[in-house]
Amino acid sequence: MRINISQKKIRDSFVQKIQEISGQNLLVCYQCGKCSAGCPAVAEMDILPNQVIRFAQLGLKEELLNCRAIWACASCLTCNVRCPKGIKIAEVMEAIRQILLRQRLDHVDINKIPPDKRKEFPAIALISNFRKFTS
Amino acid sequence: MKIAYYPGCTLKAHGKNFEESALCSLKELGIEVFEIPRWNCCGTVFSLAADDIIHHIAPLRNLIRAQEAGFNSIVTLCAMCYNTLKRSKARYDESSDVRDKIRRFMDEEKINLNGSFKILHYLEFIRDEIKFENLGPKIVKPLKGLKVASYYGCLLVRPKGIGFDDMENPTIMDMLVTSLGAEAIDFPHKTECCGAYQTVDKPQVVIQRVAQILKAAQERGAEAVAVSCPLCAFNLDHRQNEARQLEADFKPMPILYFTQLMALALGCSEHSLRFDLNEVDPRPLLKQKGLI
Repeated sequence: MRINISQKKIRDSFVQKIQEISGQNLLVCYQCGKCSAGCPAVAEMDILPNQVIRFAQLGLKEELLNCRAIWACASCLTCNVRCPKGIKIAEVMEAIRQILLRQRLDHVDINKIPPDKRKEFPAIALISNFRKFTS
Repeated sequence: MKIAYYPGCTLKAHGKNFEESALCSLKELGIEVFEIPRWNCCGTVFSLAADDIIHHIAPLRNLIRAQEAGFNSIVTLCAMCYNTLKRSKARYDESSDVRDKIRRFMDEEKINLNGSFKILHYLEFIRDEIKFENLGPKIVKPLKGLKVASYYGCLLVRPKGIGFDDMENPTIMDMLVTSLGAEAIDFPHKTECCGAYQTVDKPQVVIQRVAQILKAAQERGAEAVAVSCPLCAFNLDHRQNEARQLEADFKPMPILYFTQLMALALGCSEHSLRFDLNEVDPRPLLKQKGLI
């Protein structure tokens, strides 16, 4: 994968937006990788959690907005409680999802879930899924 | 003792086995339960976005309902409700700016929430108020010979300051199971996420995790798994068949709410245990152990 890094991207409002929505200072991360080491969802991720933070520092907007990783994260918070720098990685994942969802770019289409399947799911599954993956 | 109880949505439908067994166990313990009136859905997940205030209102309104009825604490059973209620309250307490915004949003509410209002999980209530050692004399049917692995999942233990036990090595449910006379089986996947709500749009991910979690518990000798979250229960129980098709080397394993184990040991009738709602039927195992 070829990645272009530029001053322009780093200073892009996208980086500020992630910091604002997540409430996190991205530059605190020193890339130890502990978040990725303990993440139960890494097998489904194209960019690992520590890389998500690195990409966010560098303002790699297209890569982040199109990655699978943010949707594989189930906010289990294992990364958050293990980060030696106290960064809330799950909040950063949430911020990137929110940037898309706030433009009505839903990840889940309720209509695509067959009605008989909908009935099988407990309320807790449907409500949490729609809260996380729809606008 | 009288407690204010917040059930949450799933306990009134798919999780009836959780609610009915809990209510029966509370009755046996001599605790009077007051279900708060006009409760609403807590939203299931705590909003992680710093600028998202409006989603804290639904959980906070439930606390106001309890306070109106004269309580200064609330007891809940579902791990997700517990987490959302407690985190929203913490968010409300930590900043006057957030507090003012929330109060303005819900200006029809007549009272302000007390700073000292507490959100308790039933497990925490047993540990701190009833105390494990006091369960002994109330047990009419010790769960002798039953090997139970406790699965805590995410939201009972994380984040720091919200969970009520060690984040990496919780033991509260194991202590309960032991006081009920069963054998607690420790296993490394007890706080590993089951995939939660991914079960709706990415079931394959959850099925794989369920296989890993249950295999790990079974390899250590567990015969059943105890849970406290209706979403974990749904995944571990209702996705188990698919998980077994994926990795055939583990046997069907009953997934029980910790309250079902409690109610059983405290002598509640089989009717209130609602095993009919458990996908993997726990009755053959319990019969084999002479418990039903």
